[in-house]
Amino acid sequence: MTIAVEFSSVSRHYGSVKAVDSVSIAIAEGEFFSMLGPSGSGKTTCLRLIAGFEQPTSGSIKIFGKEVANTPPYEREVNTVFQDYALFPHMNVLENVAYGLRVKDVANIECMKRAEDALALVALAEYGQRKPSELSGGQRQRVALARALVNRPRVLLLDEPLGALDLKLREKMQMELKTLHKKLGITFIYVTHDQGEALAMSDRVAVFNRGRIEQVDTPRNLYTQPKTSFVADFVGTANVVSGDLAQLIVGDRQPFSIRPEHIRMDGTGEVSVNGVVADIQYHGATSKIEVDVSGQSIAMVVSNTEQPDAQLPEIGKNLSLCWSKTHMVMLETA
Amino acid sequence: MSKSPFWLKTLAYGGLAFLHFPIAVILINAFLAGDGEKATFTLRWFHEALARDDVITAIALSLKVASVATLLALIMGVMAAAALYRRNFFGKEAITTMLILPIALPGIITGISLLSAMSMLAITPGFWTIVVSHATFCVVMIYNNVVARFRRMPHSLVEASMDLGADGFTTFRHVILPQLATALLAGALLAFALSFDELIVTIFTAGHEITLPIWLLNQLARPRDAAITNVVAMMVMLITALPIIAAYYLTRGTETVEGSSR
Amino acid sequence: MSTLALRPLANTLYRNNNLFLFLLLTPPLLWFGVAYLGSLFALLWQSFYTFDSFSMSVSPEFTLENYRSLFDATNLDIILRTLGMAISVTLACAAIAFPIAYYMTRYATPRERGCFYVGVMLPMWASYIVKAYAWTVILSQQGILYWFINHLGLTNGLNQVLQLPIIGGNTLATSNLGRFIVFTYLWLPFMILPIQAALERVPSNLLQASSDLGARPGQTFRKILFPLVFPGVIAGSIFTFSLTLGDYIIPQLIGPSGLYIGNMVYTMQGSVGNMPLAAAFTVVPIVLIAIYLKMAKRAGAFDAL
Repeated sequence: MTIAVEFSSVSRHYGSVKAVDSVSIAIAEGEFFSMLGPSGSGKTTCLRLIAGFEQPTSGSIKIFGKEVANTPPYEREVNTVFQDYALFPHMNVLENVAYGLRVKDVANIECMKRAEDALALVALAEYGQRKPSELSGGQRQRVALARALVNRPRVLLLDEPLGALDLKLREKMQMELKTLHKKLGITFIYVTHDQGEALAMSDRVAVFNRGRIEQVDTPRNLYTQPKTSFVADFVGTANVVSGDLAQLIVGDRQPFSIRPEHIRMDGTGEVSVNGVVADIQYHGATSKIEVDVSGQSIAMVVSNTEQPDAQLPEIGKNLSLCWSKTHMVMLETA
Repeated sequence: MSKSPFWLKTLAYGGLAFLHFPIAVILINAFLAGDGEKATFTLRWFHEALARDDVITAIALSLKVASVATLLALIMGVMAAAALYRRNFFGKEAITTMLILPIALPGIITGISLLSAMSMLAITPGFWTIVVSHATFCVVMIYNNVVARFRRMPHSLVEASMDLGADGFTTFRHVILPQLATALLAGALLAFALSFDELIVTIFTAGHEITLPIWLLNQLARPRDAAITNVVAMMVMLITALPIIAAYYLTRGTETVEGSSR
Repeated sequence: MSTLALRPLANTLYRNNNLFLFLLLTPPLLWFGVAYLGSLFALLWQSFYTFDSFSMSVSPEFTLENYRSLFDATNLDIILRTLGMAISVTLACAAIAFPIAYYMTRYATPRERGCFYVGVMLPMWASYIVKAYAWTVILSQQGILYWFINHLGLTNGLNQVLQLPIIGGNTLATSNLGRFIVFTYLWLPFMILPIQAALERVPSNLLQASSDLGARPGQTFRKILFPLVFPGVIAGSIFTFSLTLGDYIIPQLIGPSGLYIGNMVYTMQGSVGNMPLAAAFTVVPIVLIAIYLKMAKRAGAFDAL
C-alpha cells in the first residue's frame, strides 16, 4: 500500500493558539479519507497544510514520500475544491476549468479538450460559456470540482464542498462524489463538520478536537467503538455517563457510552437504572424520550413503528431503563 | 417610504443648485461674446484661447504632470495596498496614517515643507518636483480604492490560482490584476483629476513652470483677458469632470453589491 | 503564457513572506517615511532657527522666539481670524449639508440619489481655482449677484448688511461675508458626503422601532438619528476645518485685507524669507487640527470616514 499523505507530529501554531497540535496520520493512496470535527478543531488547517497554503510550525508532511515543507502550492500534486468554490468571476466556466492547464503552458487545443472532458465528467458540458455568476450553487460546486480535477491531481482536497447546498442537493452530491471517487481511483481528503456526511462517504474518518486527532477509524468502528467521550458524543448521539452516575449504574467511575437506540424499557438487558420521564419528542419514524436519572439526562430512542404511541410512557412517570452490557463502550478518561 | 416634506425637498434642491451655480456661470460665460450688455453666443474665444502658446503650454504641462504623477501613484498605491490589506503588523496604523497625511494636512504645509527640503538639497524646482509633490498626495487615492477592492476579493481566489499551478506572478497577472482593474482605473482617474487642478501645493513646487491652475491664477490679475480665462476655466472643468464621472460609474456597481448585502 | 523564467524568484518570495512584504513596502516607505516625513520634520526643525531681521538671514541658532512671537498681538489676530472663519464655515456647511444628505438618503428615488451623488461629486472635484474664479466673477459689482439684487430692489438691504461690523465691507467681494460664502461653497461637498454615508448606515428599522415605541418624528430625529449621524458630521467638519485653516488663495482673492495663517506662511517664506516664522506658523494649523482630530476621535468620527 502506498502512502499518499503522511503527517508526522505536525503542529501549526498562531501565536499561542495551537490550531494543529502534534498530529500524525497516514492516508493511503486511493482512500476516501474524511477529517471530521467542529469548527476550529484544526481539520481545515490540516487540509491547508497539505495544499501548501500554510506551513507547519513543526513536524513533517510528506506527499507520496516527498517532504513538502518547502514546496509552494503551485508545485504540489494536489488540488483543492474550496468551500466558497473560489471560481474566478472574470472568466467563464470553460476558462475557469482550463486555467490549471493554461498556467502550465499546456497547448491550447489540448487545454480546451481536457477542460471540456472535465466539464462533461461533472455533467456540465453545455455550460462552458457561462459566467460563474450565472450558475446555481450546485452547478458552481461541480465547476469547482471539474477545475480541480483537470490537472489530474493524485490527491483531491475537498474543504466542506457541500456546506453551502441545501439538504436534498447535498445528498445527491454525496452520491456523485462517491461514484467519482471510485471512477478516478485517486485519494480524496474530505473536510466536513457533518458527521452523517463523513460516515456515509468515507473509507476512514479522523475525528478532530481542539487541534488534535481523537480517533482515526472506519465509520463503523467510530460509531460502535468510540475511544473517547468526544468521539462518542460527536459521531452520532450518545449518552456519555461518568463519575457518580457511572458509579451508581455499573459500580465504576470510568466513563462509558451507551447509544439511545440501545436503551430499552422492556426490562431485558443486564444493566438497569431507574429515572423519571422528563420529555418526549416526536421525530416521525422514531420518538426520543429524555429520562432524568439522578439529575442527569439520559436519552433513548424508540421506533414508532414497533412501539405505537399508546405505549409511550407519560411525562413525569417513573421509568426503568435497561441495556445489554455488549452495547456499552468503555471510554478513555479525559 | 413616505413622501418628503416640501421644505426638505426645497432645501435639498436649493443646496444642489447652490453647488452648481458658479459652474453654470463659468459655462455660460465661456460662450458669451461682448461687453456685458449685449450677450451673444460665440465660439470665438475657443479659437483664440487655443491659438495662444501660453494656454497650450500650460495645458500640456498639466496633462503631462497628471499622467506621470498618476503612474507613480499607481505603483506606490498598489504596492502599499498589497502589503497592508491582509497582514497585521506593528506599525501598520502608522503607515496608513502616513499615506493619508498629505491630503489630511493643509496643502500649504505639504507645499512649504517639500519646497524647503528641495532648497536644502539644492534641487531646482521644475517638472519633476511638481510630479513628486503631486504623486505624494495621489497615492492615497489609489491606495483607498485598491485596498477596498482587495478586501472585497475573497483570498480563496488567490489560493485557488496557486493551487491550480500558477505562481505568484502568474496569479497576479491572471487573477489579481483583472479583479483590481476597475478599482485601479477609478483610482487613477481620481488621482489624475486631483493632480490636474492642484494649485496650493503646486505653487510651491513649480518653480518657474506654469501649470494650468497657476496660469488661471495669474489670469485673475488680468481682467481684460477675461474672455480667454472663461474658456480655459471651462476646459479645465471638463477635463476634470469626465474622469470623475467615469470613476463614479466604474465603482458604482461594486458599491451597489456591497450595499445590497447590508 | 506563464512566467516560468521567474519561477525561482516567485518561489523565494512565496517562501519568504516577510521578504515579499519588505520589498512591497520599501518604495512607499522611502517615499513617505523618508522624503515626505523628512521634509515635514525639517520644516518643523527650522521653526527653532533664528531669523535676523537686520541682515534678513536665517542662522541655525536654537530659539523659541518664533513660537513666542505667534502670541504677538498682530500674529494672534491672524490666528484668531482664521480660526473664527474656520469655525463659522464648518457650522454653515453642516447646516446646509444635513438637509441635502437627509433628503438624498431618506426620500430620493434610487435614480434621484444617483443624480444627487454625481451632483455633489462634480462640484467637489471641479477645479478649485476655477470655482474661486467663478466667485470673483459672481461677486463683482458688475456681476450676476449684484444684477439680481438690483433688479429685485434689494440694494438697500444689501448695503445695510454690508455696513454691519465684522461681516461687512465696501462691496460683497471685499467683505468677510463674501469670503465666508466662497469658503462655505468650496467645502460644502466635503461635508455632504460623510453625513450622507453616516445616514445610509443607520438601519431604517431603528427609526421604525423608535416611532413604533411612540416617539414623534422630532424626537426620533433628536434621540436616534442625530446621535448616530453625528460622527459623520464630525468627519465632514475635519475637512471643512482643515481646508479653511490652510487656505491662502481665497483670502487673497475675496474679502478684506487682513492676513490669514496661510497668507502669513506664504509671505514669510516667500518675499520676506523668514522661514523660521513661516515654519512656526504652519505648526498652528497642525496643532489645531490635531486637537480637533483628538476630539473627533473621541466622538467616533473615524468609523464614519
